[in-house]
Amino acid sequence: MSATVITITSGKGGVGKTTTTANLAVALAASGARVICLDTDIGLRNLDVVMGLENRIVYDIVHVVEGTAKIKQAMIRDKRLPHLFLIPAAQTRDKSAVSPSDMVRVCNDLRPDFDFVMLDSPAGIERGFRNALAPSDKVLIITNPEVSAVRDADRIIGLVESEQKGPPSLIINRIKPDMVKRGDMLSIDDVLDVLAIDLIGIVPEDEQILVSSNRGAPVAMDEKSRAGQAFRNIARRLKGEQVPFMDLDKQDGFLARLGKLIRPGG
Amino acid sequence: MQNLFNRLTGRQPASKEVAKDRLKLVLIHDRTDVSPAVMEQMKDEIIAVISKHVDIDRAGVDIKLTQEDHESRLVADIPLLKTPRRRR
Repeated sequence: MSATVITITSGKGGVGKTTTTANLAVALAASGARVICLDTDIGLRNLDVVMGLENRIVYDIVHVVEGTAKIKQAMIRDKRLPHLFLIPAAQTRDKSAVSPSDMVRVCNDLRPDFDFVMLDSPAGIERGFRNALAPSDKVLIITNPEVSAVRDADRIIGLVESEQKGPPSLIINRIKPDMVKRGDMLSIDDVLDVLAIDLIGIVPEDEQILVSSNRGAPVAMDEKSRAGQAFRNIARRLKGEQVPFMDLDKQDGFLARLGKLIRPGG
Repeated sequence: MQNLFNRLTGRQPASKEVAKDRLKLVLIHDRTDVSPAVMEQMKDEIIAVISKHVDIDRAGVDIKLTQEDHESRLVADIPLLKTPRRRR
């Protein structure tokens, strides 16, 4: 068995690449898959804090590439899930410390021991993005229902296809069903109509995302979170299951609706 | 509420419709790497070439890029000038 290398990218910053990487990794690992995440955003590492593993870093990906640490030494095991690991990015170096061929080599070393290698790409279309794309078997493009994010996604789709890494799949993140209903936010169909690529996931805006990154415990671990459910669904699709898309209009759970009855307008 | 009022009175389209239209247009130019300035220049050149052979209504010429899925095309609509029918 050899791992599938998945690249999570977006072009635009702040659309949810790191959150998506952490949550898909957690969801896949919770379902029994062996998963390792690589933060390829050298100089601006964040996946470690989102996953809650920042206090355990000794070595990073640049140490591995430069040969000052063995790959196993740089792998941090997530104690909450037995088959989940992270190799962090270096914080004090820049993107030029790693080349696309270095990334291919590191991923090939990891392939025999894992089911999924998840690469969290930096924003932009420069070296860091090229590094994250080089070893990829499957590209996931994250966007938000918003003009600048969709435009950048289109640019990334073009680059992925020209590198023969396509066809990529799309995740539309941070959807606000109320705004879509009012006609003040692009709908899922609007985005698909414009980008014309395969959709693999839709994730509603969820305050629990911020709460979870405050705590360093991805929402995919939280059974009650809607966004967590959305990420778990995407993870199952990555494993080849057919999972229907979430009904975003079915807004809240029973407790939230009860809360609204008690506090009208709240 | 203001929004709903505007829509009922036909004052403004929903903002997402505006977003979608703007996106479609900007993506056509992004994908083909043809800027509006280049389009203008092409239009002038096409008019020059065609008017060598036929009389055209220069003001009515419409040249645009269109996009369907991942297929782009350049569409030119060039009206001919009304001329009296030729008599033998």
